Amino acid sequence: MQKIKSSEITTESQYLSRKDFLKGMGIVSASALVLAACSGQSVPSGDSPTGIPSEVATQGSVGSTPTEATEPVTSYDAITQYNNYYEFTTNKEGVAKLAKDFPTSPWKIEVGGLVGNPKTFDIDDLNKFSIQERTYRMRCVEGWSMVIPWIGFPLAELLQEVEPTSDAKYVRFETLYDPEKMPGQNSAWYQWPYIEGLRVDEAMNDLTILATGLYGKELLPQNGAPVRLAVPWKYGFKSIKGIVKIDLVDEMPTSLWMAAAPHEYGFYANVNPEVSHPRWSQASERRIGESGRQDTLMYNGYEEEVANMYADMDLVVNY
Amino acid sequence: MARISLPRFTVFQAAVHIAALLPLIILIFNWSQDNLTFNPIQALELRTGKYALVLLILSLACTPINTVFGFRQVLKVRRPLGLYAFLYASIHFAVFIGLDYQFNLVLLQEAIFEKRYALVGFSAGLILLALALTSTRGWMKRLGRTWTKLHKFVYLAGILVIVHYVWLVKSDIREPLMYGGIVLVLLLARIPYIRKQLSRVRQHRFIRKLHETPEVLKKKTDPKFLRRIGLIYSAIMSR
Repeated sequence: MQKIKSSEITTESQYLSRKDFLKGMGIVSASALVLAACSGQSVPSGDSPTGIPSEVATQGSVGSTPTEATEPVTSYDAITQYNNYYEFTTNKEGVAKLAKDFPTSPWKIEVGGLVGNPKTFDIDDLNKFSIQERTYRMRCVEGWSMVIPWIGFPLAELLQEVEPTSDAKYVRFETLYDPEKMPGQNSAWYQWPYIEGLRVDEAMNDLTILATGLYGKELLPQNGAPVRLAVPWKYGFKSIKGIVKIDLVDEMPTSLWMAAAPHEYGFYANVNPEVSHPRWSQASERRIGESGRQDTLMYNGYEEEVANMYADMDLVVNY
Repeated sequence: MARISLPRFTVFQAAVHIAALLPLIILIFNWSQDNLTFNPIQALELRTGKYALVLLILSLACTPINTVFGFRQVLKVRRPLGLYAFLYASIHFAVFIGLDYQFNLVLLQEAIFEKRYALVGFSAGLILLALALTSTRGWMKRLGRTWTKLHKFVYLAGILVIVHYVWLVKSDIREPLMYGGIVLVLLLARIPYIRKQLSRVRQHRFIRKLHETPEVLKKKTDPKFLRRIGLIYSAIMSR
């Protein structure tokens, strides 16, 4: 790992304002402390975070927080200005500008399908779940990666509330379809809207979160606001953004990328240095903000938490 | 390299050299300013690759341009354009093995020899290397007719570079196919029959008029025309 440049080390005032903020949010977890201690980047100070209710308590976040990335987190600027979000544009540096005025409120998420208690959540309803900070590695299938301090809650909490039936085998996610607000959706090259899916056990895994913020702030549109998935052991494209619909289904959903290039993007898309993309190696990655490459880890470093779900599976076939 | 005596160096030649070197200067400047996206190594790879491709296409376009328009000056820049393509391809490769993979032989071996897009790109690079080394007048004389045959491999390089590009993109292959279309047209223009037809176009009244009337000379220095050329240039170079 690269040494942290002195210019990147958080100043004391930034550190304090950050800590106060986290306290205000009720997030004083082991992760937050680890983060504050090793955060390679300064938290943008000055603008006060909004929308994240301070009364939300994160019960049991200490200890129960799964493996956290201990590498320096990627800079806020990189996370918010280098985005793969084809709904706006395929140009990573162009997303932030095009998404600037994307309205994220009001916003509803319809949760249904094979459930006993279908429900439509207003975006503010999500605050009742155990909002917490989770710092995860994010590995893009293109071969670059980031470390992102998400704010979110386990997807399992939301799913439990709608009571999936025993027939439910998969969870299907859908992004908003609105070509007027998302100009990239005018491209006939892809089959919109964006669809992604998880097996129910994957969706229920404690690592899987719905993220509503990052860096202690509300999520910005270019990062998938108001709510997106974060599944850290899978390639980034699995972490669908701008979710409006979640359905429990009995058949494996076909994701947008599976439809676009079925031999290249499979349903599982687990990070695996041993299984190459048909056209490029997945053995190493370039961490944004650092030079050179580093080895890609099995399941992106979350082997302990997730490997058991794939124990009997041929990972080459189920790419 | 041929000796170039300064008086024979036309404005057109000078403009071509400047236009070909400018992207490199801008790239180095942006690199030093840390102004090359949040993924600067990838940006360097993509841009040098793109410049090499564009310059190779321009080099391939020289002969057909002369065939159709009788604009002989382009023949003078055909070799420099090819050499500039090789220069950018070399930087592209150096960034790939040095900056990106930091000379990690294990990873490089996998990246170059087990991944098809890297393999075809590498092959194209080897062809360009051979052509660049034999591009001097001395080698031309030494090799005689073999030289002409050898340098026809530039078309193979062009095709390999397009394949390299198509295999690299994630899904949307429209842009590489656009460049592929241009290479294909330039290739077809070499087929003797088509070449003949094209040279006939030169006899067309419109083209002849284009050459004979002084308006054309005016048009070449027309600020509007120059600005349009500048816009096309910056559009290609900034992507």
